[in-house]
Amino acid sequence: MSEYVLEMKNICKAFPGVQALNNANLALKAGHVHALMGENGAGKSTLMKCLFGIYKKDSGQIIYQGEEINNRDPFEALNRGIAMVHQELLPIPDRTIAENIYVGRYPVKKIGPIKVIDHKKMYNDAQALLDELNLNFDAHAKLETLTASQMQLVEICKALSADAKIVILDEPTASLTLKEVDKLFEIIRQLTEKGCGVIYISHKMDEILQISDEITIMRDGQYIGTWDASEMTTDMIIEKEVGRELKNLYPPKINTPGEPVFEVKDFCSIHEHSFQHCSFEARDGEILGVAGLVGAQRTELMEAIMGLRGTTSGEVFFKGKKLNIKSPSDAIKEGVTLLTEDRRGSGIFGVLSVADNVGIASVNDYLLYRMMVDQKKINQIVDKSIGELSIKTPSKKTQIQHLSGGNQQKVIISRWLAKDPEVLIMDEPTRGIDVGAKYEIYSIIGRLAKEGKTIIMVSSEMPELIGVCDRIMVMCEGQITGFVEGEDMNQEKIMELSTKFIK
Amino acid sequence: MKENKFNLKKVGNFLINNGVVILIIISAIIVGVDNPNFFGKYNIKNLLMNVSVRAVIAFGIAAVLIMRNNDLSAGRQVGFAGCIAATLLQKADYVQKVYPNLPPLNMWLVCALLMIGFALTFGLINGLVVSKMHVPAFIGTYGMQTVIYGICLVYTGAQPIGGLIDKYTDWAAGSFLGLDFVPNLGVVALLVGLFIWFLFNHTPFGKKMYAIGGNPNAASVSGINIDRMTILSYMLAAALFALAGFMLGAKAGGTSAALAAGYELFAIAGCTIGGVSTNGGIGKVSGIIIGVLVFEILKIEMQFVGVDVAYTYVVQGIVIVIAIALDIRKYIARK
Repeated sequence: MSEYVLEMKNICKAFPGVQALNNANLALKAGHVHALMGENGAGKSTLMKCLFGIYKKDSGQIIYQGEEINNRDPFEALNRGIAMVHQELLPIPDRTIAENIYVGRYPVKKIGPIKVIDHKKMYNDAQALLDELNLNFDAHAKLETLTASQMQLVEICKALSADAKIVILDEPTASLTLKEVDKLFEIIRQLTEKGCGVIYISHKMDEILQISDEITIMRDGQYIGTWDASEMTTDMIIEKEVGRELKNLYPPKINTPGEPVFEVKDFCSIHEHSFQHCSFEARDGEILGVAGLVGAQRTELMEAIMGLRGTTSGEVFFKGKKLNIKSPSDAIKEGVTLLTEDRRGSGIFGVLSVADNVGIASVNDYLLYRMMVDQKKINQIVDKSIGELSIKTPSKKTQIQHLSGGNQQKVIISRWLAKDPEVLIMDEPTRGIDVGAKYEIYSIIGRLAKEGKTIIMVSSEMPELIGVCDRIMVMCEGQITGFVEGEDMNQEKIMELSTKFIK
Repeated sequence: MKENKFNLKKVGNFLINNGVVILIIISAIIVGVDNPNFFGKYNIKNLLMNVSVRAVIAFGIAAVLIMRNNDLSAGRQVGFAGCIAATLLQKADYVQKVYPNLPPLNMWLVCALLMIGFALTFGLINGLVVSKMHVPAFIGTYGMQTVIYGICLVYTGAQPIGGLIDKYTDWAAGSFLGLDFVPNLGVVALLVGLFIWFLFNHTPFGKKMYAIGGNPNAASVSGINIDRMTILSYMLAAALFALAGFMLGAKAGGTSAALAAGYELFAIAGCTIGGVSTNGGIGKVSGIIIGVLVFEILKIEMQFVGVDVAYTYVVQGIVIVIAIALDIRKYIARK
């Protein structure tokens, strides 16, 4: 038997119009953590989906424990000992932790001829598993009592309970705090000690370098190479991912903040544990960052400013004038727009064209005979946006769902630019998009600030905030714990403020 | 070689995605060859008259479907509108007249006002229940279906209504400018179709409708008032149902509370066969017309071949489910 527990050789997969995988390779050793890296659209998920039988590969071999396999579906893969923790969780919140761990594979016992679920065994096993990982949860508790990050850990338990030989983690730390990341890494080490192979998919360089043994890099569906993690640096990885040397991660600053213009006063949520007494100011031409851990209620505060969430108090002023905002349409009329955190969930209209996605917020602004949408005018705006923001799309009639994440994000930014807003709130504007596209988004943000717009940028990635923002507001557990600028703009200071109330 | 395989796949996908339409057209040709009357003047006109009424209903349903809702009260709304028209437009000397002593008003006008008034009320209530009260559209409009049927039974005294004035029934049976192939009802449906096409594609209402169907959360963040749009869509649909009721009452020559029962399903089927997605955000006027036409052809085909009426229901039911299954398949394949 070879030293590899899993080998994927020369995997090819084509979709109409795209060669998603072109001779992709991956070889995983037992007891090793193998990072799979590449920009979005490089084919990482497609490769994993071929492993799990979600997609059928066109050609190539998958060799698992010395024999060739072809999984028909993820369930078959799980039974073989190949488990995946998805980036987007699929929890059943109303059921207990144990039931979530064993869903579809409940332990059974026989009462006479009838098979029934052995609840006692299920809860005992689940509890044992949780204890083994030093997770302080009760297996009987409903899943909904956990936070999103704790659910992620339960999801990992699920993989372990199947006695997996291979565990695949897809962006597992996207919603974890630093402390939880440490916990996760501890669990990963336990796994590898037991001889389990781990495939780790992530964009976070420091994590990759910290946890993985080998790194395989993909680009445009092709296998670029595999290296020992110890001989790689962040710059080398990025260079290989993008296929060219990337000198700077962030564009040079071109904006100069002016006077305070946008004022948010005493926002309190109707929910006790959400944001309370939040006040801040933003200047014109300023990029104000908003930092904080998951659960700091940053998104909630921004949505409240837009009129999307219930508040008991809170006022917004622009240049001294009170803005009357009860709904997003009020906010947009007053010149405040929001780029939402969840691009697929509340950003794009997947089945609509790029043109409709850009124009949707402006349909009432360009009317002929007071009732007919002036499509010519809107198309001009769309063409202009495609040019200025260099949106890569076959045509403006293409459905937006066929574009890459970065281009989708640019389309949504165009939607708001068409309204010529004064204040742009951007919630995680670069989440899940590749390095190259990130740079372009940063440039766009910088340009907008230079034109005198006020930008409020929420992000979970501290380096990004430090690299792009003029000033950073930090939140912790629903409260604003401070502002940092100039020399104070460093990870330590931000971390200190964002964990102020966390013991 | 590879190129070839790719094309085959494309052709296969096209066949599956349009499978229902293709099968029905092929069968129509076979039936037509077997019995030339199938393509005869009389049958074509009859077909077009049926399609006209159903298309108007389908346009209404489509507006609601594209926004991810549904309207199960459609058929009963059509039926009630038909009954209102019939009671007001009876011959003066008809013995069993519902209103023997009507005041000397312009009954056409009274009829129009009443139908519009009821339609907008029904639409408003449906819209309010679905948007403001957050009742799932299936349940909310199903309740409405029952309520309207009850009102209609009370209104008609559960009696059939006949003796319609000639002007009304002749208009419905008549042809436009004496062209045999073009029934007056067809002209009405065509005008409604043009109006709907304009509304869906060239007005803020249409753009917002597709946006809400495509992604309600994103629509809300984009400043679209979803509740208002939902209510408007139900009112638009109700207005079209009333018009269809007016057309159907005259075409049938008499009405009862059973008029148009279950028509919502045929309309939903027509929409789905014509490519209106039950997942929202997708649907073209041309597709709706094709869908309704094809579904009607299927029915008439079966009559021509001499299939027992009871069995036609079985076939229609199966076709509806297959059409929706194929629609969902397209959606899953996209993921």
